[in-house]
Amino acid sequence: MQRQITIGLTLVGAALLVAGCHTDMWQQPKVKAQQKSEFQGFSNKAASRPLVAGTVPRGKMKLDEAFFTGFQDGKLVKELPIQVDEMVLKRGQERFDIFCSHCHGRNGDGKGMINQRGLVLVRPPASYHSDRLRNMPIGHFYDVITNGFGVMYRQAPGVEPADRWAIAAYIRVLQTAMNGNLNDVPSDERSKLEASAGKPSIADAATPGEEKS
Amino acid sequence: MPQLFKPSANTLAKLSVILAGLLPVVVLYAGVTVSRSPYNTKVDIPIDQPIPFSHQHHAYELGIDCRYCHTTVEKTAIAGVPPTETCMSCHSQIWTNSPLLEPVRKSYETGLPIAFADGSPGWTKVNAVPDFVYFDHSIHIDRGINCNVCHGPVNKMQITWKGNDFQMRWCLECHREPEKYLYTDAANPNLSGREQVFNLYMKLQEGAKLTQREYNMLYKNEFRYSPNTKEIEEGKALVKKYGVTKESNVDCYTCHH
Ligand code: HEC
Ligand code: HEC
Ligand code: HEC
Ligand code: HEC
Ligand code: HEC
Ligand code: HEC
Repeated sequence: MQRQITIGLTLVGAALLVAGCHTDMWQQPKVKAQQKSEFQGFSNKAASRPLVAGTVPRGKMKLDEAFFTGFQDGKLVKELPIQVDEMVLKRGQERFDIFCSHCHGRNGDGKGMINQRGLVLVRPPASYHSDRLRNMPIGHFYDVITNGFGVMYRQAPGVEPADRWAIAAYIRVLQTAMNGNLNDVPSDERSKLEASAGKPSIADAATPGEEKS
Repeated sequence: MPQLFKPSANTLAKLSVILAGLLPVVVLYAGVTVSRSPYNTKVDIPIDQPIPFSHQHHAYELGIDCRYCHTTVEKTAIAGVPPTETCMSCHSQIWTNSPLLEPVRKSYETGLPIAFADGSPGWTKVNAVPDFVYFDHSIHIDRGINCNVCHGPVNKMQITWKGNDFQMRWCLECHREPEKYLYTDAANPNLSGREQVFNLYMKLQEGAKLTQREYNMLYKNEFRYSPNTKEIEEGKALVKKYGVTKESNVDCYTCHH
């Protein structure tokens, strides 16, 4: 009898201990980014809700028209609305390589990996080295990233406005580099170039990381 | 009355006493083994997805940077899975008739998440920590920890699998000795920790010659190899260079708050 009571008590004790284990800390009643939601009102079952139209986050009012749209008074801006230095160009290069290079190529000639693999695109990515794009006001590049162009989708979601301008500045660097000639080279460097004449083409000189602005 | 127990019963009795003593040990051991086995942790098992999306194809063969799709990984806690629009920026033009991509096109038309054929929405999550753990991608990338160290050889995954078990023991292994997992490219020593992370994939892409260490990171599971003493010495220098602080790294409040 005594033994049965001991066993019984042990079992009850064990049951009580096990009852302490639950998983409500593992799955807390909170939502993390990109989680599903079973809430009835959310028709697309995504826990992250889109912002109500017209919402302006505190401190994020887009007052500077030129900076946020690439247009000023209905015309494309011609001057970069940001201060350009080496850091900005480096940033532009990095962002360009991430967001544009697989279509437009590392030097902007439109021969990115997608093209090189022999895939037929409905319309191929543009080369930046046409006269039309070389003479385009810089605001156009900002606008293309923000709103897309023709069959190209907008790239805005991943690229913040400041980065878009950095990319635009970097495209100008590429255009200058690909269109350079001997007179652009500082005179002390020029003799070196001439000595090795025939070997380097301007396209080689435009491998990212080496151009001068 | 005949003897109920033969003398051999003595041995049996002794044996059962020993076994009873061993039982908790065996049960504990089995418990730990099961808890750490792929059956429980799902490590190395490719996970079913609504679309058979291949990282090997997109990230390695096409050379798309991780950040094109996982845009927030270096800025915020989460890496995030890309929106349908990202896929459509290419697949509105190429492979437009592929039946495999039907869920992408449907999602783009309807604005609903990419879904399985049976209608259950969303990509299946491969990597997760419990809700009581706080994890932050940005600091790890900033300190030069490569994606592959934690996620396994993503660049060769046809279907994504989990590279490591993400149990507390595993996090702490690195938090105690980060020098074991820091790496720098000898050809580009001036890059910051963050740039080193993505430089490695670039190197693979360009077909540059890889060191044994780099090969491990890209094709094996780096976490399963212990670095040699030379690499650890180099790692110690990198701890300083990348600004890794070790003081609070094993305090409970770093990950639980
Ligand atoms: C998915 C591939 C893809 C990506 C990524 C991409 N583009 Fe494009 N881009 C195109 C295609 C295709 C066109 C041609 C569109 C057309 O002619 O209809 C184009 C055209 C352009 C043009 C020319 C517009 C004109 O006036 O002719 C510019 C400028 C441009 N892209 C800039 C960018 C920048 C900057 C990025 C990176 C932030 C980028 N693109 C990323 C595919 C891409
Ligand atoms: C073309 C877009 C794209 C690129 C580029 C890309 N990914 Fe992904 N990634 C995805 C998609 C879509 C998923 C969700 C489906 C899945 O899990 O396979 C994903 C999932 C993941 C996951 C698992 C997420 C989870 O559910 O836990 C990891 C880890 C990951 N990617 C790492 C990387 C790394 C590292 C790179 C760069 C080498 C990279 N990705 C490049 C699109 C991309
Ligand atoms: C930069 C362009 C690009 C982006 C962005 C991209 N893909 Fe692709 N994808 C391709 C190319 C190119 C191919 C096929 C090329 C080949 O087979 O050589 C492909 C092939 C595929 C295939 C195989 C199709 C088949 O029928 O074999 C799937 C599935 C796929 N992609 C899914 C996705 C998903 C999902 C996303 C979004 C997370 C995505 N892709 C984003 C370029 C892209
Ligand atoms: C220190 C380890 C570590 C490193 C380095 C790391 N991750 Fe992760 N990753 C994790 C953990 C842990 C999770 C699960 C997070 C969660 O559940 O909240 C995760 C989740 C993810 C997810 C799933 C979606 C999400 O945000 O939860 C993606 C995608 C991803 N990582 C991509 C990447 C990419 C790309 C890189 C490299 C740029 C990277 N990770 C580097 C540990 C790491
Ligand atoms: C391969 C190495 C490595 C792994 C694995 C790793 N970490 Fe880290 N973690 C680091 C380093 C390095 C730091 C930066 C420490 C510093 O400089 O303050 C860090 C920092 C952190 C921080 C931020 C600390 C702060 O001061 O803000 C958190 C939170 C964190 N890790 C959580 C995790 C979790 C949770 C896991 C497991 C899922 C994990 N880490 C796995 C290397 C790692
Ligand atoms: C580097 C981050 C990190 C630190 C520091 C850390 N933990 Fe954890 N802890 C984790 C992770 C990740 C898990 C989830 C393990 C899993 O998924 O099984 C966890 C789980 C736990 C659990 C749940 C039991 C389990 O393992 O399943 C307890 C209890 C816990 N931690 C206590 C602590 C205490 C106490 C400390 C301080 C001594 C601490 N942790 C420090 C990351 C951390």
